[in-house]
Amino acid sequence: MWDWNYTFSIMPELLHAFLMTVYVTLAGFAVASVIGLILAVGARSRFVAVRIVVRCIVEFVRNTPLLVQVFFIFFSLPLLAGISLSAFATGVIGLGLHYATYLSEVYRSGIDGVPKGQWEAATALNMTKSRTWMSVVLPQALPPIVPMMGNYLIVMFKETPILMAVTVVEVLLAAKNIASVTYRVFEPYTIVGVLFLVVSVVVSLLFRRLEKRMNRTNGPVLKR
Amino acid sequence: MQPTWIALFPLLLEGLEITLQVAALSAVVSLAIAVAAGLCRLSKWAVVRGAATVYVEFFRGVSLLVLMFWIYFALPFVGINLPKLAAAVLAIGLNYGAYGSEIVRSSILAVPKGQWEAAIALNMSPMQRMWRIVFPQAFIRMLPPLGNLLIELIKATSLVYFITLSDLTYQAMILRNNFLTWTPQIFGLLLVIYFVLSCCVSLIVRFAERRLAAWRS
Repeated sequence: MWDWNYTFSIMPELLHAFLMTVYVTLAGFAVASVIGLILAVGARSRFVAVRIVVRCIVEFVRNTPLLVQVFFIFFSLPLLAGISLSAFATGVIGLGLHYATYLSEVYRSGIDGVPKGQWEAATALNMTKSRTWMSVVLPQALPPIVPMMGNYLIVMFKETPILMAVTVVEVLLAAKNIASVTYRVFEPYTIVGVLFLVVSVVVSLLFRRLEKRMNRTNGPVLKR
Repeated sequence: MQPTWIALFPLLLEGLEITLQVAALSAVVSLAIAVAAGLCRLSKWAVVRGAATVYVEFFRGVSLLVLMFWIYFALPFVGINLPKLAAAVLAIGLNYGAYGSEIVRSSILAVPKGQWEAAIALNMSPMQRMWRIVFPQAFIRMLPPLGNLLIELIKATSLVYFITLSDLTYQAMILRNNFLTWTPQIFGLLLVIYFVLSCCVSLIVRFAERRLAAWRS
């Protein structure tokens, strides 16, 4: 019942769409890394108002589904602000913004892991706020959180099929399109499932390796 | 047709009912799977441990939406026809059960060694030791992370929209088709509803935690 000829004939199209999945994941991750860092630094601002606003954004975005957020961006922004984004841009921004709130917590744990003495030493050396962040705190806060960031990269990768709702032609939508032409659904969906499984298991094994190696060389730096 | 806020509610309430139904059923299925798989991963038999590990790695590696599509659209091809609700609950249950089993496993391992030893010293059977001594203590540790997972699960129920189960998100899309000019209001309201649901879950979990941990103080 498994038709190998059919499998090979649809493989190029699926792999092509899989590239799109990878692009969206990486672009979304880049956006999430930057916004996440901004949120994490904002949560430590000396202004109460900034802290409260950041807290509210993080809580709200974290506690609502990505699918609805993406719908909101795709269908509401044109009416609200007159901005209409392409499907790809919507996907990248939606995914990026959603996971920025998760990554901000990861950054926070990294920043909290920097000993207080480092901050005090930077103050004692008369460093400016930005200098303290850039040359003292972040260089120590970032390396230990790399494995955790990696886990979120995998989580984001597995969430990209949601973006088919706004017509990002990633691999699941490609499979659906193929199935709607050929009426053979079993092979395309199974191939997509296997692709996701293989890539995410392999990448997560790599990050686990990295984590073990880092724990060996630095000792377990992070305590959550 | 000129929309009003009141006109939105009947459909959204219907959707809420389905969302809550899916969430409750898949939460129960996930919890059962999580406890079973978590305990199996601590079994003294290598075969049981291995099987549980394979299950967990498999369903954590797979993408939930792809899994749901596969169960709902691909399985009928090999003769297994599941209704929408069953497919949704099975997909979410299997996926979140795998995540939950890690919480169960680590919480059981976090129960102090002395508790296990004391139970052995009192000549308890392994069954008694687990269910009367270790698990109740581990359960309190599990609550906060399981609560977070439950919030993730509620967010994940929005994916049943893709298999056309008429949940909140699905009904909101229907409303949007009826009142196109009100798109921002409809999705804004939808976001707020999901947010309130998540807040309710965190409040309930926090309350349960306080009640269950009362003996500690």
